[in-house]
Amino acid sequence: MNIKMMGRFIAQIIAIEAAFMIPALFISLGYGEWPGVKAFGITIGIMILLAAGMFLLCRKAGRLFGAREGFVCVALSWIVMSLLGALPLVLCGQVPRYIDALFEIVSGFTTTGASVIADVEGLYRGILYWRSFTHWVGGMGVLVFLLAVLPTGNGAGFTMHLLRAESPGPDVGKLVPKMRQTALILYCIYIVLTIINFIFLLSGKMHWLHALCTAFGTAGTGGFGTLNTSLAEVSPYIQNVTTVFMFLFGINFSCFYLLLLGKLRSILKDEELRLYVCLAIACVVSLVLAIRPLYGTLEETIRHAAFQVSSIMTTTGFSTTDFDLWPSFAKGILLLLMVVGACAGSTGGGLKCIRVLLLFKVLGRNIRQILNPRNVLVVRSNGKVVDEKVLSNTNAYFAAYMIILVLGTLILSLDGFSVETNLSAALATFNNIGPGLGAVGPTCNFAAYSDLSKVTMCLMMLAGRLEIFPLLVLFSRSTWTRK
Amino acid sequence: MNIIIAGAGKVGKVLVRQLTAEGHNLTIIDQNSHTLEGLVVKHDAIGVQGNCAAKSVLEQADVQTADLVIAATNADEVNLLCCLTAHGINPNIHTIARIRDPEYTEQIMTMRQTFPLSLTVNPEKLAAMEIERLLKFPGFLRRESFAKGRSEIVELRIDSKSKLKNVALMDMTGVVKCRVLVCAVLRDGQAVAPSGNFVLQEGDRIFVTAPTSTLAVLLKNLDITTRRVRRVLLCGGGRVSFYLAGLLEKDRISVQLLEKDRNRCLALAEALPETAVVQGDCSNQSTLDDLGINLCDAVISLTGLDETNMIVSLYAANQGVGQTITKLSREESISIANSMNLGSIISPKELCSNVIVRYVRAMQNQTGAAVSVHAIADGQAEAVEFQVDAGTPNCDVPLKELKLKQGVLIAGIVHGMQSEVPGGESRFVPGDRVVVVTGRRGMLQQLGDIFA
Repeated sequence: MNIKMMGRFIAQIIAIEAAFMIPALFISLGYGEWPGVKAFGITIGIMILLAAGMFLLCRKAGRLFGAREGFVCVALSWIVMSLLGALPLVLCGQVPRYIDALFEIVSGFTTTGASVIADVEGLYRGILYWRSFTHWVGGMGVLVFLLAVLPTGNGAGFTMHLLRAESPGPDVGKLVPKMRQTALILYCIYIVLTIINFIFLLSGKMHWLHALCTAFGTAGTGGFGTLNTSLAEVSPYIQNVTTVFMFLFGINFSCFYLLLLGKLRSILKDEELRLYVCLAIACVVSLVLAIRPLYGTLEETIRHAAFQVSSIMTTTGFSTTDFDLWPSFAKGILLLLMVVGACAGSTGGGLKCIRVLLLFKVLGRNIRQILNPRNVLVVRSNGKVVDEKVLSNTNAYFAAYMIILVLGTLILSLDGFSVETNLSAALATFNNIGPGLGAVGPTCNFAAYSDLSKVTMCLMMLAGRLEIFPLLVLFSRSTWTRK
Repeated sequence: MNIIIAGAGKVGKVLVRQLTAEGHNLTIIDQNSHTLEGLVVKHDAIGVQGNCAAKSVLEQADVQTADLVIAATNADEVNLLCCLTAHGINPNIHTIARIRDPEYTEQIMTMRQTFPLSLTVNPEKLAAMEIERLLKFPGFLRRESFAKGRSEIVELRIDSKSKLKNVALMDMTGVVKCRVLVCAVLRDGQAVAPSGNFVLQEGDRIFVTAPTSTLAVLLKNLDITTRRVRRVLLCGGGRVSFYLAGLLEKDRISVQLLEKDRNRCLALAEALPETAVVQGDCSNQSTLDDLGINLCDAVISLTGLDETNMIVSLYAANQGVGQTITKLSREESISIANSMNLGSIISPKELCSNVIVRYVRAMQNQTGAAVSVHAIADGQAEAVEFQVDAGTPNCDVPLKELKLKQGVLIAGIVHGMQSEVPGGESRFVPGDRVVVVTGRRGMLQQLGDIFA
């Protein structure tokens, strides 16, 4: 294992995180929140020292960098990033316990949006900004950012392992031959969409900091609100804007790239996108029918149904209404959407539409195979044959997904909440959504859980964001033994 | 540049390595998705799986925006069709095809309208021509020529009887009695940029720049046998042997060709009237002895197996053969071979990809960009040839007044037909070609880069 090379990557990640923290420092300065200034200043100092130290220790790194290093490097970067990112919350004194701060920041980086802070409006504005900004960074991935800014030099094909480990989806590929350009294109699309979202929010008379934080939360499909009631009290215009943008950020970013290239036809033919859109429409329609009696006008009903579908399906986790009060059929639909999630290659979480599609296709194929044992059957997606390796990976992913979900729920059950609460808490953290049902519903938070449960949920959030395998790799013995 | 490489075989892989290292955007097309996967995770390139001659696949590889397509699959016809199709979609594209069949090459040359190919390469033919070049100057391990063959960098080994043993470089001109320049020394596997008081030792491999015209003088004064090669033994009857035997026949050199397969022997005997084709196994020492290996001036091992080639060459050297040339295909064997006394080493795929890389460089040849690049000293240094033009800084300034970057050496200046070994008073003017040797690969993109 090329520890030194990984050390260098992690050192660079820490340096980038320190740079990302500087705007938060200035916001604290601007509002004269001295505990915030102190907290960010100390944290940035620690991070710079740490990065410099690691960089010095790992000067002479070998060139060998394989899939194993890629996975471990990504998993460790995310853990280190979260451990350090949680420091300002503790240092400023608003989240006194480190474990709570860690939960909050892991929830931020993994774009979950599950919170332990009851009074969000009382937070320092620098902290509020930083909390939401972690969503934005975590959405596209900080290693992808590193790939975009880093001149990788010659023979840097190994960065493919990093992209694969960090980007969601069963079959991650590059858009253009050069990794750096691929990463740049992804980030450009991401930044431009975020800015457009921000402008739309500003034109809805939202305070600039709240608009920025909401845009970050939407872009990363995170879901940290800036108000205690999430987005329930803002104007219908802002709710609708957010509905649309959440939905956009749940689409595979390569679709936007194809759109830029003018290849509209191949986007319209994309099976994953079709499933995503159709499922969303079907769920909105059924929800409208189910919750019609609860709201006054039809417009309000549709607005709430569409917002909740968009928010849950893209695993953002904003809410405009307390959906915990909805009838059980409506809650069932939301649970279904939690599992399905957004598209591969987006900032959303969950199983991803493409995996659901592939799982169904494999199921159909295997049934046909049982009926016609001699037929040679292949699975196609977008007209192309899907490699058996991708299929078996998808199956393994689903198995790992179920195992972690069941075990996670089991550990959460120790705290004595209802089954609905625990299952939805596990789903909400593992799929990076945020709010669940029952005691962790949209009007409540996760503070009541024990420390063990919080650590479990932190790990589940990371596993969900990094798509399980990078984190599981850390626990495999063959990762740490010499070949 | 955007380059498509069709076919990830031996040549394709070398090309991917070299061209990604030079910063081009590469798209690789291959039928085998596992080969592609292996390449894509190793180099910064993108892969498309499919038949490279098919329009749909080429379009998927963005042939519309590509500047160059290189077809290097193992089938000539596929390569041709790939280039024709690519050209049909994008008339501005440059096309390079690996064409092995000489008859095809012939018709491509004569039917330019029908076959819009920019370049065809034949790795085996290139290897044969390179070997012929080496045979003309026995004693040099390798020759790299610059400025259309007017200046050369040759590789020499200092053995126990060499006149250059224990000679300091500043005294070297006295020994060889002509102006040459040692631009790199390979000692114990490490490349050294030597200074004037560097003393040569036994076992060193030195890289000497000289005008082509002084090479014969250099060899004579070093007492290296300049005896013409008259009798050559070729082991293995593959394509390289076939081409080489044809070339040597023209040079009136007596050729013996040893091949295991009877049918192949018959075919070779038909095609090569002057060559003595012998059926036999060259890994068998008694067969080699029977052919009189100790009487040959040169033994060239060209079988398909690297191991056999190495052993044949070692045995030949052991029997006192003056010059041995070994064909090696795998990169691993080349690095092993350098630690043994195998004589010259030829790698067809490297030669082929060098030709292509030179073409690629010429394509982007803007102001003062490198014309060609040759790797020397086991790839630890490179010799880069530049064209001087009006935009080049420091034209017509004596070299002694120039400040060069560390590790950069101006190894040769060619004025028109005249090649010069540079001294303190030398200067270059627009129109000249300059050869620069540097220890850091890929550092020099244009001539201006050499100045500190």
